[in-house]
Amino acid sequence: MTDAVMTDVQTPDQMRRDRAARASNAVRRSLKKRYAAEARFRAYGIGAVGLALACIVVLFSTIISSGLPAFTQSAITLNVELKQDVIDPEGTRDKSTLINANYRKLVFDTLLAEFPEVTGRRDKRALTAILSSGAAFQVQQLVTSDPSLIGQTLELSLPVAADFDLYNKGVINKGTAESDRRVSDQQMAWFDTLKERGIIESELNTTFFTNADSREPELAGILGAAMGSLFTMLVTLALSFPIGVCAAVYLEEFAPKNRLTQIIEVNINNLAAVPSIVFGLLGLAVFINFFGLPRSAPLVGGMVLALMTLPTIIIASRAALKAVPPSIREAALGLGASRMQVVTHHVLPLAMPGILTGTIIGMAQALGETAPLLMIGMVAFIVDIPGGITDPATVLPVQVYLWADSPERAFVARTSAAIMILLTFLILMNALAVLLRKKFERRW
Amino acid sequence: MSFTFVLGALIILTVAGFYLGRSRSMASAGGTASRLHSRPHYYGYFVALWCGIPTILILGVWTVFQTPIVEMIVQGNLPERMLEGDPAQMSLIMNDIRNLASGNITSGEITPAVQAAADQYVSLVQTSALAKFVLILVVGIAAIAYARGKIAPSLRARNQVEKTMMAILIICSVIAILTTIGIVMSLVFESYRFFEKVSPVEFLFGLEWSPQTALRSDQVGASGAFGAIPLFVGTLLISFVAMCVAGPIGLLSAIYMAEYAPLKVRGAVKPLLEILAGIPTVVYGFFAALTVAPFLRDQGTFLGLDISSESALAAGLVMGIMIIPFVSSLSDDVINAVPQSLREGSYGLGATKSETIKRVILPAALPGIVGSFMLAISRAIGETMIVVMAAGLGANLTANPLEAVTTVTVQIVTLLVGDQEFDSAKTLAAFALGLVLFCVTLCLNIIAMAVVNKYREQYD
Amino acid sequence: MGEVDMSNAVEVTAPMASSDAARETKFHTRGVQVFYGEKQALFDVDLDIYENEVTALIGPSGCGKSTYLRTLNRMNDTIDICRVKGKIELDGTDVYSDKIDVVHLRARVGMVFQKPNPFPKSIYENIAYGPRIHGIATGKEDIDQIVEESLTKASLWNEVKDRLDEPGTGLSGGQQQRLCIARAIAVQPEVILMDEPCSALDPIATARIEELIDELRDNFTIVIVTHSMQQAARVSQRTAFFHLGDLVEVGETGKIFTTPQDQRTQDYITGRFG
Repeated sequence: MTDAVMTDVQTPDQMRRDRAARASNAVRRSLKKRYAAEARFRAYGIGAVGLALACIVVLFSTIISSGLPAFTQSAITLNVELKQDVIDPEGTRDKSTLINANYRKLVFDTLLAEFPEVTGRRDKRALTAILSSGAAFQVQQLVTSDPSLIGQTLELSLPVAADFDLYNKGVINKGTAESDRRVSDQQMAWFDTLKERGIIESELNTTFFTNADSREPELAGILGAAMGSLFTMLVTLALSFPIGVCAAVYLEEFAPKNRLTQIIEVNINNLAAVPSIVFGLLGLAVFINFFGLPRSAPLVGGMVLALMTLPTIIIASRAALKAVPPSIREAALGLGASRMQVVTHHVLPLAMPGILTGTIIGMAQALGETAPLLMIGMVAFIVDIPGGITDPATVLPVQVYLWADSPERAFVARTSAAIMILLTFLILMNALAVLLRKKFERRW
Repeated sequence: MSFTFVLGALIILTVAGFYLGRSRSMASAGGTASRLHSRPHYYGYFVALWCGIPTILILGVWTVFQTPIVEMIVQGNLPERMLEGDPAQMSLIMNDIRNLASGNITSGEITPAVQAAADQYVSLVQTSALAKFVLILVVGIAAIAYARGKIAPSLRARNQVEKTMMAILIICSVIAILTTIGIVMSLVFESYRFFEKVSPVEFLFGLEWSPQTALRSDQVGASGAFGAIPLFVGTLLISFVAMCVAGPIGLLSAIYMAEYAPLKVRGAVKPLLEILAGIPTVVYGFFAALTVAPFLRDQGTFLGLDISSESALAAGLVMGIMIIPFVSSLSDDVINAVPQSLREGSYGLGATKSETIKRVILPAALPGIVGSFMLAISRAIGETMIVVMAAGLGANLTANPLEAVTTVTVQIVTLLVGDQEFDSAKTLAAFALGLVLFCVTLCLNIIAMAVVNKYREQYD
Repeated sequence: MGEVDMSNAVEVTAPMASSDAARETKFHTRGVQVFYGEKQALFDVDLDIYENEVTALIGPSGCGKSTYLRTLNRMNDTIDICRVKGKIELDGTDVYSDKIDVVHLRARVGMVFQKPNPFPKSIYENIAYGPRIHGIATGKEDIDQIVEESLTKASLWNEVKDRLDEPGTGLSGGQQQRLCIARAIAVQPEVILMDEPCSALDPIATARIEELIDELRDNFTIVIVTHSMQQAARVSQRTAFFHLGDLVEVGETGKIFTTPQDQRTQDYITGRFG
């Protein structure tokens, strides 16, 4: 053995071994501390991921728990007599007479009849506050659509005003001081009596899905905003998809590599990062002030969002086109196809799944966008359901914004419910994109 | 005659053109397609393009210019004395006419002159729509006839169609540039008008912001103050809070995902984090205003701190949550771009994972991480809805995140939403703010992209 | 311990003849099998590595020589799907047992890679990295000394002593590889593993590294993977020939190249395949 010979003077070999041993010991001594640091660092990472995921959970659970109550609505069942002398005393059945008749009185009287002991004007008003203003409207609709009902007594399920709906759901309760809540003790007592009589029930809030916006929470629905979103998205899609794909095809397949195309490329990348509100300013200055297009219309909203989603679609389409291997182009060119034919017959169909995926993701972004639409006036209070792309309209996210700003308590639940519906659409769209990608994913 | 109807007619005409062109080509070749220069359907496209392009152009131009021209005519026909008023008065009258014409409620009383103008307005719009329809029909049919006449076996239809298609492609890719030009032009133009009223120095360096110009000139503070420094400070403060949240969480989760997480965890958690990026900002705004701000205020009261219910902290925290996925996915890419050989080199020397990450990977990835942070900051600065819903309106020059501050984007929205008078300094100020916002985010993006690209090249 | 796969009976020349009696065994490996997922990359390799000697692992590409090398300091741990079976002992302790810590193991068994991979830091920091993380040296003076010594041993000192603050990535390929060797030496390991250290270098740089390897032999045990038989012949004392995951033959370098026992070895060194 080499180190069998022991002398007083250390051989170089021994020195080396000594040092290696010392180093080895140093390493061993440091190990515990280093592994602790390692575990700590790893824990930071897990903690960060956990925190981010916790944010998602908190966000979703907050929205869902505060939004669920909006899907039910308290209703009161009353036997309303459609009195001839109140609705149409002269019996003409004239349309404007029918529309303008005092249905409020009809329903109010029916409710007051439940409590004969209430006499004072003030008390009467407090009692009738239980009914939503939509109750009279509901009766009006019923009568105008079928005047033969006049004179009959109908059992109607009428909406309860939002504050009493909240009381029924327990959001407003006796725990708060009477002066701090919008339902007085007396009103609560009446409501409880009605409940005991079994004529208050909770039913599915269909109004929410069939109405447009309203000042009364119990009458507000999202159909108007949803239709507005639909029209806006149609305009956006009709503009951004063809333009985006054409631009991508040109840049990827035909464009010579020169300064101009380079500028276009840089430009597209930068556009993708421009704050969305700036697009709103563009829409306001150019489309509305310069070209005089109508404010609040899905047409303008769609155009603004189309410009905003264009970069997303172009970038995704270019990536999809780039993924088609050159061999396919060469094969088609070799058969004598023109370059345009190569693109339209071979490259574009192969790239289409990728392009569609990018388009859906772009559309999902556009669907959730709010800020630019505020600039072009889509933030108006609109009671009618829009019927076309030039009608005044609002969209789902803007509706969320409007309701979130409303002072009424009952709008909190409706805001959350609108968010749930918006998120459902977004999740469906993204799921579709993922599905499309999975199904057509191809490795060359 | 609605837009949709005319568009439908136009499409039918174009499709008809296609079939007419195709059948004509077959007839001209005596039924043998091989005698034609191009395949028959190219002759169809040839005719369809001849018909479709001019008619669509007419439709577009007409639709765009119809309203301004009609209004010009109506205004010109108003009685002399109504024209004499100042421009603001004029715009009010025009507004009434417009409302009357579309059957809405008007603000003022309806004078016979206004009523007459409204009637004229309606009839002009109707005439215009009819004229548009007829013109499109005539031009379309004429174009079809002309193009059909040109069809002969020797016509190089395919080449012509492809040339036209190429032109369309080029036009489409130029639209992106036009958008940028449009943004820059509209911002610069309106800002220029703003700076005619308010000096740029006052705007950029002034310390007081109260854009509410008074209705009457004798009111207090009638002039309005347009010093934007409080807005810039507020924006930076909220962005800073946001980055304090998103920076560490985003970076650490990117590190965990890239270096530690088993494949399965990575596959499950990554899309979950992406959800955060897909949630509309208005939802975050609602969350901030409904949940986070009251929570912070209550906690503050508990701790004896006075936290405003519109504190920069609440808006910043929620914005930070929104930005986490931007930081994490960009940093994840950057960390993955660090070559494996560097990791092996470090492990080969006996370094632990965290030592390798802290001393080799992060320094190597630093430029890329800086780039991704800059992109995230640019997001935060341009973010609108969260701050509109959760931050304050009053310009408050402070660096204390517990107080309410306002931001550039909040002010743009406040100045432009609702009734606005054009040409007032108040409205134009929004465009000046937009210009600043655009320039700052553009610079951040360009620098960040340059940094990231340079970093990528280093390891390619 | 992996069970011996009888269907894959391996021919291994019996370990060393009597003239090797004086050498100490550094690595003692028996029945080493490595799997990448379902795929088996190494079949029952039995091999001893002796101290202060250069052992060359040769064979056609994909034969498992790099895989074997990477089991010696457990670099395979970094690959998720990789599993190792068998006995791999360093100075009598199984490196895969609980008694050996992987960090400590790698500090004792350093590694130099195929492509030079200096960290994107200064030359000085590249060398100082190992001693710092392991706590081998703390004071500035100690580290200065280690840097100079390591660079000198890697015969790089004279070339870089005036520019220690410049980035290591700015050096030429050959210098980078010597920097990586110096970086490994700085931790004062007992063994240095080299995975085709010259494959990315030009002939002149290769010659310098080979010289260096020969000098380092006095102080370190070296295992080198190479696909160049000439290199194996020039730098190594012992050579092991791998083929398709089997260790075919091992012996004194001279003997392997002049009188190979196995037909496959003979075919390889005469250039029939590879």
